[in-house]
Amino acid sequence: MHLILFFIFAGLCLAGAINMLLQSHPIASALSLIVVMTSLAVLYLLLGAEFLAAAQIIVYAGAIMVLFTFVVMLLNAGREERTQGSRVASLVGFPAVAVILALIATVILHVQGLGTASLSQGITSTEELSVVLFTKLLLPFEVTSVLILIAILGAVALARRGHGDQVVSVPQKKTEGR
Amino acid sequence: MTILQFFLWSLLKVAVVTVVMLLGVAYTVLLERKLVGRIQNRWGPSRVGPFGLLQPLVDGAKSFLKEDIIPTGVYRPLYLLAPILSLGCALISIGVVPFGEPVTVAGSPHLFQVSDVNIGLLVILGITSIGVYGIALAGWSSNSKYSLLGSLRSSAQMISYELALGLSLVGVVMRAGTLNLRLIVEQQSKFGIASWNIFGGMQFVAFFIYLTAAYAETNRSPFDLPEAESELTGGYHTEYSSMKFAMFFMAEYANMITVGCVATLLFLGGWTSPFGDLIPPPQNFLAHALFPICWFVLKVFCFLFLYVWVRGTLPRFRYDQLMNFGWRWLMPLAMLNIVATSLWLAYR
Amino acid sequence: MNLFAQEVPLSWYLLLSAALFSLGVVGFLIKRNLITIFMSIELMLNGVNLSFVTFAHQWHQVKGQIFVFFVMMVAAAEAAVGLAIIIAIFRARATLAVDRIDRMKL
Repeated sequence: MHLILFFIFAGLCLAGAINMLLQSHPIASALSLIVVMTSLAVLYLLLGAEFLAAAQIIVYAGAIMVLFTFVVMLLNAGREERTQGSRVASLVGFPAVAVILALIATVILHVQGLGTASLSQGITSTEELSVVLFTKLLLPFEVTSVLILIAILGAVALARRGHGDQVVSVPQKKTEGR
Repeated sequence: MTILQFFLWSLLKVAVVTVVMLLGVAYTVLLERKLVGRIQNRWGPSRVGPFGLLQPLVDGAKSFLKEDIIPTGVYRPLYLLAPILSLGCALISIGVVPFGEPVTVAGSPHLFQVSDVNIGLLVILGITSIGVYGIALAGWSSNSKYSLLGSLRSSAQMISYELALGLSLVGVVMRAGTLNLRLIVEQQSKFGIASWNIFGGMQFVAFFIYLTAAYAETNRSPFDLPEAESELTGGYHTEYSSMKFAMFFMAEYANMITVGCVATLLFLGGWTSPFGDLIPPPQNFLAHALFPICWFVLKVFCFLFLYVWVRGTLPRFRYDQLMNFGWRWLMPLAMLNIVATSLWLAYR
Repeated sequence: MNLFAQEVPLSWYLLLSAALFSLGVVGFLIKRNLITIFMSIELMLNGVNLSFVTFAHQWHQVKGQIFVFFVMMVAAAEAAVGLAIIIAIFRARATLAVDRIDRMKL
């Protein structure tokens, strides 16, 4: 059962990732990436990480990719062009990455002592995760929350229209209340 | 229990739940039309069948038979995918909701729950997050400015209120100590109405935050600006017709029912009766299994009544008022609720 | 029915993770749209997450999963700021093609 599920969802992952590269419209790439992330959530579930599977769906597929989709829609990005730079990059890029993948694969396949995964093995409950997260790793947790606060402030500050933007502006009224 | 048995039982449960859910959606539409009609001092639909009870069948037939217009400039794959995504997500999240007591019949544990997962609450939140895509893609692929604006507004509203929704549930999870929906309900069953989370669990503030956030999540009044006809000529579903439009409609009502189910489970004690142990449980196995379902359905019905009542009574929020309310009032209030609940639990 | 009881060797999960990572690298190198390049970065992060979860399963340690949790949080923060930067670039240059944004002169 585990084998069949692994094949289905690993296949979906790879298909989504390759489709993301082959599509020319960014919205199609975004949707393929959502497929990848959802299949990865199922793979996490197969490895017993149930909280991470839910977090992957809620955070990655449900928030980060929504952000990407919004930006693609707002900016109305349009299709990519095939310039000379991209042709050269495809020519060199694909073989180079195949070499990298082959190197990593040989390292992985020669490792001794890797176990197996099956559905009958236990699931890590949320309780176990939270016990370690809130006792031993409390400091990284708090620092991460500060990081997210900084990211919120940064995103708001970067994306608002400031005074120095070179956009075609409507004549402003005299009221300067900013 | 073998895998084959498991599959067959799951298939049966899924079929029953889907049929009941779709019937529920159809009759929720009727409930809304009749109730809003009564609030406005008129009969609702009352011609088709006794008290208008056959109206949903006629509506369904009408949706199938209407002409299906697809405008030329739409981005076809996403245009066709969006209603499927919306309705799919709305129907999937009912799969982790337990309707009644966990009885075991013929080897199938939890007969009244399609699947009992340890992270049931997170599954519902996750599927709500995915449901945003249906609306965002519908608006963008329709290639029309009303649709795009409506869908962007609606999606922004949904993701803003998802935060308040999730945070308001943390108090319940803290009290129950688990994310499993069945265990959360069982934990509320000790003293009848006094141990429901809204009263005994001191989560009434969280209940109202959840209610408000749920109204905004499902794009219902008073937060339904993205689909108000006088504002945006229909918002994200402007360019949709016949069955695809009906699918969006069904998705909205299915979301309403799911939200009602979740609120019932977490705040109102799910399938437990308000009398608790004052009335001893019936000895008959069938009655013992069916009474909790009746209580559950009654509570969800009260929720839907409240939904429609609020729709018929309150005016809508303007969009900036809506976003202001969600970010500057609801979310801090939900966080205060978490702090207060944790203090209460620590010093109890 | 023996097919239903088979187990999956963990090296296959690691291979999948390496494949996702390399596809992310390919995307980063060959794509010409800013947003798609950014999405390839997210794909790389996801590949790495999968290998973390695999090793957490191998050694029965929860810390691997917590690390994935932190990677998700950092990826969310990075996505927010990165997309804000992309919006700012689009406002200044009115294009998202990487070949046209490669000079500081407007």
